[in-house]
Formats: sequence, structure tokens, C-alpha cells
Amino acid sequence: MKRDKIRTGTVLRLLAFAVLLAFLLAPDRFAGLLTPLTNNGAPAIYNQGTLLDLTLSHLFTVGLSTVAAAIVAIGLAIFVTRPAGAEFLALSRAIVNIGQTFPPVAVLALSVPIMGFGEGPTRMALFLYGLLPIFENTLVGLSTLPPAVVETASAMGMTGRQRLLKVELPLAMPLIVEGIRLSTVIGLATATIGSTVAAKGLGEVIVAGLLSNNLAFIVQGGVITGVLAVLISDGFEALAHRMAKRRGASSEARQSDPDGQGSSA
Amino acid sequence: MTTLANAETSRAATSRIDRFGVVIAAFLIGALALPFATLRATRIASGTGLRLFDALPATTMVAVLAVLAATIGAALASRRPAVRLALGALALAALALAAGAAGAHLMPDDNPYARVAPASGFWVALFGAAMLVTDASVRLKLGPAGRIVALVITATLIVGLFASGAWSHLSIVAEYRNRADVFWRETINHIILAAGSLAAAIAVGLPLGILAYEIKAVRDPLINVLNVVQTIPSMALFGILIAPLGWIAMNVPGAHALGIRGIGMAPAFLALFLYSLLPMVANTVVGLNGVSRAVVDAARGMGLTGRQRLFQVEMPLALPVLLTGIRIALVQNIGLATVAALIGGGGFGVFLFQGLGQTATDLILLGALPPVALAFAAAVVLDAIIEISGRGKA
Repeated sequence: MKRDKIRTGTVLRLLAFAVLLAFLLAPDRFAGLLTPLTNNGAPAIYNQGTLLDLTLSHLFTVGLSTVAAAIVAIGLAIFVTRPAGAEFLALSRAIVNIGQTFPPVAVLALSVPIMGFGEGPTRMALFLYGLLPIFENTLVGLSTLPPAVVETASAMGMTGRQRLLKVELPLAMPLIVEGIRLSTVIGLATATIGSTVAAKGLGEVIVAGLLSNNLAFIVQGGVITGVLAVLISDGFEALAHRMAKRRGASSEARQSDPDGQGSSA
Repeated sequence: MTTLANAETSRAATSRIDRFGVVIAAFLIGALALPFATLRATRIASGTGLRLFDALPATTMVAVLAVLAATIGAALASRRPAVRLALGALALAALALAAGAAGAHLMPDDNPYARVAPASGFWVALFGAAMLVTDASVRLKLGPAGRIVALVITATLIVGLFASGAWSHLSIVAEYRNRADVFWRETINHIILAAGSLAAAIAVGLPLGILAYEIKAVRDPLINVLNVVQTIPSMALFGILIAPLGWIAMNVPGAHALGIRGIGMAPAFLALFLYSLLPMVANTVVGLNGVSRAVVDAARGMGLTGRQRLFQVEMPLALPVLLTGIRIALVQNIGLATVAALIGGGGFGVFLFQGLGQTATDLILLGALPPVALAFAAAVVLDAIIEISGRGKA
């Protein structure tokens, strides 16, 4: 029963991916579907640059910022959970809690006076906001390890470094991946809004549609962005799930906390 | 936990200098090297930055420097959170007053179009002092009531400064003055969008959550669908909803009269409603699942019917988790409602996107700071309520 359900989901996702790919590679073949949404002979497919290009730059912007955020956030979380950084633990928890109440769009807008227009403010906002979920999840992962495991590792004569790399980080990995998923989802959404500050990305299609009152643009931009976000998010979820399974049930149980939701931007 | 316990003990044993204090001191001292205020000939002209020493009248400058020096001293030398909190708060107040004073001092008499705005030095110092205050309040373990009192005091002081005219020469206030009517109208729109859609999501999400809790076959598909909705970027969802709502407005009699349109508030409201459903439904299920079986059995043993059990036992026990769902949804909605302006839905985003369009930094701030403040206040208040509601329930 359970197995069947997973299969339907996978089939649906593969189908969505195939349609998305087909649309991005040959959008003109789908023009007939979208023409009813246009007025006065307006174009049905976005024509200021190819949709594939826009998708790739969108993904590149998000990928770059999220990788940078992951490196810094995981490093910081490791630092505050070591003896040397313990002074900063309480504060960093508080900053993450406060920071996550900041709307990502506000972070984006506030980056503009500092960075000017273009890709800069989008990358900065994505990076800054992306730190929060990854840091929080890494922190939870590293600070809720079963004490017996850590003690065993110490008793086996592992140094602090070995314990971190061979025991603590691998055990925390499913939660870290979940944090990266959240950051990526928020990043994809914020990058869409980034088009209003002249970053190259899929939001451009929606903005162009809103400005020229072309529903076909709005719908194709919205659907591509939406499907992309859902597929990428599902991919990370599957990865985290597989890791948790391999690490055993103990770390999986920690994943279902009621505070863990709230990801849209 | 072991790592942390080790960390705490070895910290107490080894560290003599407070490195956190050093970081704060670095922020406050570094801020002095940066421009404290910017003076521009018009609202969109590029400006000249002025450091604290040049931006304030001499006596005010000395007073501000004295407060900052005392704060640095407290950060470096005192480990008592109460002292640090007091001086951090004093520094925040001094910075707020200094910003206003810089406005009055720098604003030329012959050019009413000139603008004075706080610059990077101000923001860096503000961030440093805010970190000190945050760290001290975490260490003081302020209770929920204490946190709400602190929030009310802060809000009162900000409103007071605003009303007293202390900031009237600052550019963000000038932007506000030029559009005060619109500002309050959009404030109300923003609140209707954020809180109204949440109210609708509570009304629909609670019964749906109870249904999903009772009937296992409903649970997974429902949560999965809501998860997918939550993942769709806001701009995309706003856009996608324009098409069906536009069709309804044109083809369903009476829909247009109800205010349903393809663009505007309707698609934004609907999108925020859909986003809020996941936290409501998921937290209802998690909350009800968390009620201990023994309690439910005891209630059954006392002869309570299923309905009585649900409303008199299970729901009250699940309340903290339900409130957590409301907190997540409300904070998220306040942020997302800002994006609604892109599709004509109103809210603070109107100023934010106008400001971006005109490259007018002050207008961007006028649109970006209120939702930040609102979301923060909502989080503080709801966190306090959650803590109070969870007392004695574990």
C-alpha cells in the first residue's frame, strides 16, 4: 500500500519534470495552449530571451548563494557547538530566531541601497537569509545527538576532530540537508522577486506579464517557477529521507518537529 | 548535549576575556570610522557621508560618544547581564536620538529638498548595541510577561520619538509625510491581507486538521498537497491565481460585485490563505497526536463522548502546538503580504516596490521596515502567549 503511494508520487514527479523540460526546450510547441490567455495578438511565449536561459540563471543564482550560505552556516554552527565558541551559542540562537521573522523580500529590498541593482542584492539577500535555516538545523543536529553515541566515540579514543567528522556531522546530516532544502526553497522564491531589482531570472517573465497585462506570460512564469521549486524541494526531501534511513530511526524521529515548517517567501 | 555541557564548563574555566564583548566593542568602534549620516541634495541624488564627529553638534556628539564608551566598557568588563542590558538599551536610545539630531543639524535651511538619512555607521552601531541587548536578555531569561513589557516600552519609545518630531528632519519621515494618508491605508490593507487570510485559514484549517487526525486516509494526501502549495514561490502563486480568479470575476454572476478580480487583493488573499493552511492543518494533527493516550483513556473512562473529549480535553492540551502554527503562519503572512503589491494587492509592498522603481532608498525603507517591525512584534507576542499556554501542560 505504502509502496504504491510512493510510486505514484515518483511517476507524477517524473512526468512533471519531463513536461517542464519539453516546455523549456521547445516552448513554441506549447504556444497553442497559452494563446487563449492573450489579448490583441500579444505573443503567447515570453520572447525577451529564452526561457531555458532564464531558468538556468535563476538556478545558478540560487545555487551559488545557497552553497556559500551552507559553507558559512555549517562552519558557524560547528564553531558555536565547540568549547571555543560556546560564548556565542545563546546569542546566535537568538539572532537566528529574530532573523527568521524578517521577510525575505525586505532583506532583498534593503540590500539594494547597499549593492545597487542587478544580481548583487539578490545574491546578498539569498546568502544572508539562506544562512538561517541551515545554521538552525545544523545546530539542532549537532546539539541533540544521543549522548551515548558521543561518549562512546570519546571512549574509543577519538579526538575532537575525528568525532566531529566521523560521528557528529554524519549523524546530523539529514537535518542539515533539510536546512539546505528550506534555504533553497526560500531562495528560489526570493530570486523570483529579484527580477524586480533587475536580476536575471524567471520572475522576469511574471513581471513582464504583469506590466503588459499578458496572462500567458504570468501563467508560464508562475508554473515554471512553481514546478521547479516543488521538484527541487522533493529531491532534497528524498535525499534527507534516505540519509535518515541509513542512519537509523533515531535521527529520523527528530525531524518531525512542529516548528519546522514555514518556508515560503 | 554532552558537547554543549563540556563547552560550558571549559568556557567558565579557561576564558578570561569575554570574546563576545570584544566583538561588540569592535562593532561600536568600527562604526565611528564609517559615515554616520548621509546628506543628499534631493531624495534620489547621491550623497556625501558624514562621520559622527561631523554630523552632530558638539555637545550632542560628546554625549553620544560618552554613552558608546560606557557601553563598550560594559561589554568588555562586566559579565552581569543586567548591566549590559541597561547600557545596550541606553546606547540604542542614544543612537536613535543622535540620528534625529543629525537630521536637524545637517538639514540646510535654503534647500527643503535636501535629505538626511542615517548611514552605515549608524546601522553598524545599532546592530552592535542590539546584539548586546539580545545577548543580555537571553541570559537574563526574561519571562513571557517581561518580553511583552519590553516590546511595549520599545514601541512606545519609537512612537514617542516619531510623534515628538525628534526625527522630523530624517528622510524616511519626509517620505512618510508626503504620503501619510496612503501609508495608513496600505497599513490597513497589509493587516487585512496578513491577519484576514490567517483568520480564514484558522476557520478552515482547524476542522481540516481534526479531520486529518481522525481519518488517517485523509492525512497524508492532504498534508502532501499543502506541502506542495507551501513550496511554490509567492510571486508564482499570486500569478497563477490571477487566471482562475479573473475567469470567475467575468463568468460567475455576483463575483465581481463581491470584489473578486483577476488582480488586486483577491488573488493575494487567496494565496496567503493557502500558504497558512499547511501550518494550521499540520500543527493541529501534530498537537492532537501529542496528547497522551492515558489522558484520552481517562476522559473516555469518565464517560465523555468523542465530541466532548475533543473539545474539552484534546484541543486544550494541543493548544500550544496550535498556537505555534498560528505564529508560523502569521509571521510568514506579514512578510508575504509585502509581495502582494506586485499584483496590485496593496500593503507596505506598494512603497517598497515604488522605492525600488525610483531608486529612492528612503521609500524602500518606508516599505521594508514596517513589515519587519510588525513580523517581529507578532513573533514576540505569540511566543509569549505560546509559553504561557504551555505552562503546566508539558
